Amino acid sequence: MVRFILARLVKAAFILLAILVLNFSLIHAAPGDPAAVMAGEAGATDEQFLEDLRRRFGLDQPFHVQLWIYIKGAVQLDLGYSYRRGMPVAELIWDRLPATLLLTATAFFISIIFGVIAGVAAAARQGRWSDSIISTLALLFYATPLFWVALMAALLFSVTLGWLPGFGYETVGANHTGFARALDIGRHLVLPATTLGLFFTAIYVRMTRASMLEVSRLDFVKTARAKGLSPGVIQRRHVLRNALLPVITLAGLQAGQIVGGAVLTETVFAWPGIGRLMFEAISQRDYNVLLGVFFVSAAMVLLFNLITDIVYVIVDPRIRITQ
Amino acid sequence: MKSFLPSLTVAVAMALGTPALAQQSGGTLNMIVQPEPPGLVVGIWQNAPTQLVAGDIYESLLRYDTDLQPMPSLAHDWSISDDGLTYTFHLHEGVLWHDGEPFSADDVVFSVDVLLRETHPRLRASLVHVDTIEAPDDNTVVFTLSEPFGPFIGIFEVGTMPILPRHIYEGTDFANNPMNATPIGTGPFRFNEWRQGSYIHLVRNEDYYLDGRPHVDEVYYHVIPDGASRAVAFETGVVDVLPGGSVEYFDIERIMALPNTCITDSGWEYFGPLSWLWLNNHEGPMADVNARRAVMHALDREFMRDAIWAGRGELATGPLSSSTRFFDEDLPSIGYDPDLAREFLAASDYDGQTLNLLPLPYGETWQRAAEVARQNLIDVGFNVNLVATDVAGWNQRTSDWDFDLAFTFLYQYGDPALGVARTYVESNIERGSPWNNVSGYRNPELDALWDAAAVSTSEEERQEIYSEIQRRLIEDVPNAWLHELGFPTIYRCNIHDLVTTAIGLNDGTRDVWIEQ
Repeated sequence: MVRFILARLVKAAFILLAILVLNFSLIHAAPGDPAAVMAGEAGATDEQFLEDLRRRFGLDQPFHVQLWIYIKGAVQLDLGYSYRRGMPVAELIWDRLPATLLLTATAFFISIIFGVIAGVAAAARQGRWSDSIISTLALLFYATPLFWVALMAALLFSVTLGWLPGFGYETVGANHTGFARALDIGRHLVLPATTLGLFFTAIYVRMTRASMLEVSRLDFVKTARAKGLSPGVIQRRHVLRNALLPVITLAGLQAGQIVGGAVLTETVFAWPGIGRLMFEAISQRDYNVLLGVFFVSAAMVLLFNLITDIVYVIVDPRIRITQ
Repeated sequence: MKSFLPSLTVAVAMALGTPALAQQSGGTLNMIVQPEPPGLVVGIWQNAPTQLVAGDIYESLLRYDTDLQPMPSLAHDWSISDDGLTYTFHLHEGVLWHDGEPFSADDVVFSVDVLLRETHPRLRASLVHVDTIEAPDDNTVVFTLSEPFGPFIGIFEVGTMPILPRHIYEGTDFANNPMNATPIGTGPFRFNEWRQGSYIHLVRNEDYYLDGRPHVDEVYYHVIPDGASRAVAFETGVVDVLPGGSVEYFDIERIMALPNTCITDSGWEYFGPLSWLWLNNHEGPMADVNARRAVMHALDREFMRDAIWAGRGELATGPLSSSTRFFDEDLPSIGYDPDLAREFLAASDYDGQTLNLLPLPYGETWQRAAEVARQNLIDVGFNVNLVATDVAGWNQRTSDWDFDLAFTFLYQYGDPALGVARTYVESNIERGSPWNNVSGYRNPELDALWDAAAVSTSEEERQEIYSEIQRRLIEDVPNAWLHELGFPTIYRCNIHDLVTTAIGLNDGTRDVWIEQ
């Protein structure tokens, strides 16, 4: 097991390095550079101004030198400096990480809990009206663009009904502390987390339902039934446990997006997280921030792929790690 | 110079029908800043969002009323010598920086002559006319020009010439000074906190040199990246002021239906934002003057204004905004006339090439404007392709002249010599900037006129020359002028004196008071 993990980690390091080089080249291939964007926003510029900016940003160096400087820094976990924001990239990401983790983790748990429960319920009532309702809703949320759901949710629950804050991380200027602050953040969290969670909930519902139905037709379930076990025990111990494998695969994918996967939601709800940082960095051509977020996201995906593989083994003893 | 001010204030108050309410102190002002600025030290950064926030923290020597007449700020009095070469400013006494250090004329000399000369390209262009900047005593600054420069009295606003603290910046690397994170100015509000991605918080400067100012206790600038969410922020009462450009134009009607909601187009007179299509005069179909004339008359700008810009703003009548000095209202028409456009097109060399039209990537409203323009041009016989792009890509393509037609808008800074000449003079044709003479219009005769007008000290002579220039440009149509853009500020009606100068919210919220 330990050797397996170590081998995977070494492989991951090489993949990460390749991703870095690829990202760096792709970003630099996009038209425009951060100096031009900054000068553009100022509405006036001259050659000296642009040269000053490019020198400050290190953009006056040839491409391979810039790449080498970046890689050298990255392997020492130095993600560079954002001239646009006047801060080291690591600090920027670290600063935004809690907000993003709170949002994506909440969405993750919401979707996995509700998705699996609803999927199991739908499978158990296959063909009845409650199954139809659950399946239809799941299809609807699966097909609706996140951006639109987010805006409509804000309009309905915030503007029209006034139940929940429509954007932001906490009430600005309220200076809450302790429990009051947690409650305030919680209220702000409801809409973005639900919006972000809806899509994955829908996938989990469909996946769980299909998988449950498939497993429940297998011979060992018939055997269990013949043994006289209660339907509840059969569903839990025999069907669900076997039906969970594809769900875990999917959960691994979703968990991999835990850092960078909330771009739209964070933008619409003005959630001060990493997804938004990335989104703004793209339009500002803030290379270092963008590369930093990609780096952390890629690392997360690799990490969660590894964790998924390990969870497989725990859930399904039939799966063995082969060296 | 100042004696006419009280009467002017009264006149403005009467014209606006402002009820005579007693000014009230206290309260919190919640505004929007969009996008999040790269920094708050105006002068080191010149971005529009920086200027919006910095107007509360920093000050300049003068402010300008909505007719572009100078008003006191850090300078309470000023005079210009008859030969137009010496400008003398008398500064307020007892002004303190936010860290308690005294402000003096040395700060002004340092800011302009050393710091801004290095960091501020737009001011740098005006400073070539300046011979010396001196401080004969602590409260006097004298600018001596090497030749008269007509628009000079118009460059003392806070976005062009902010005064920064010498004791913090002298001898440092300005752009990387660690104090940039905690800006120190002389303005009515102090910097308190910047929560990246959420808000910027300013608090009242208790030591401000004008008694009773500012009236409000604190100002929050909320950072909300999505336009629709900014509208929601106003609708739910989280923010009370939407500066120009905060929301998409198609949301304005919905927002204005809310109770206690006011709107004003004022506060942009100094900038006179004018939109146009760059027409590529360097090469391709748009190098032909008749093709350019065809474009000009093909555009249904009234429909564009009413349908896309929610009826805000005016149709451009030529290269100058009507709020810019020396605007001539008596010019040949450049109006919508598709038949005339077809005639010009028939007289041109255009033979059906596909034109690349670059929209301005500043949101949905601009995208729709580009779609209207494309349709208009197709209607008279052009083939037009919309090029999808983002801000950086737009910068790159316009800077490299890689387009046939490209949307843009520019500020005019109150005077044609500051904000208009740069678009049309040959000496300003250079790859690498989207803000110079991008279209590549060359006319040596006009270049001589631009030069003559800039250094003339006679207002009549300047008017005469600029009128001539405007007429000649309309004949040549180097660009297709679109609109004097209206960037309306939307606010709750119980917020008073929000927009009082020619740069509006960029002058800060010194005079704002909230009726409780």
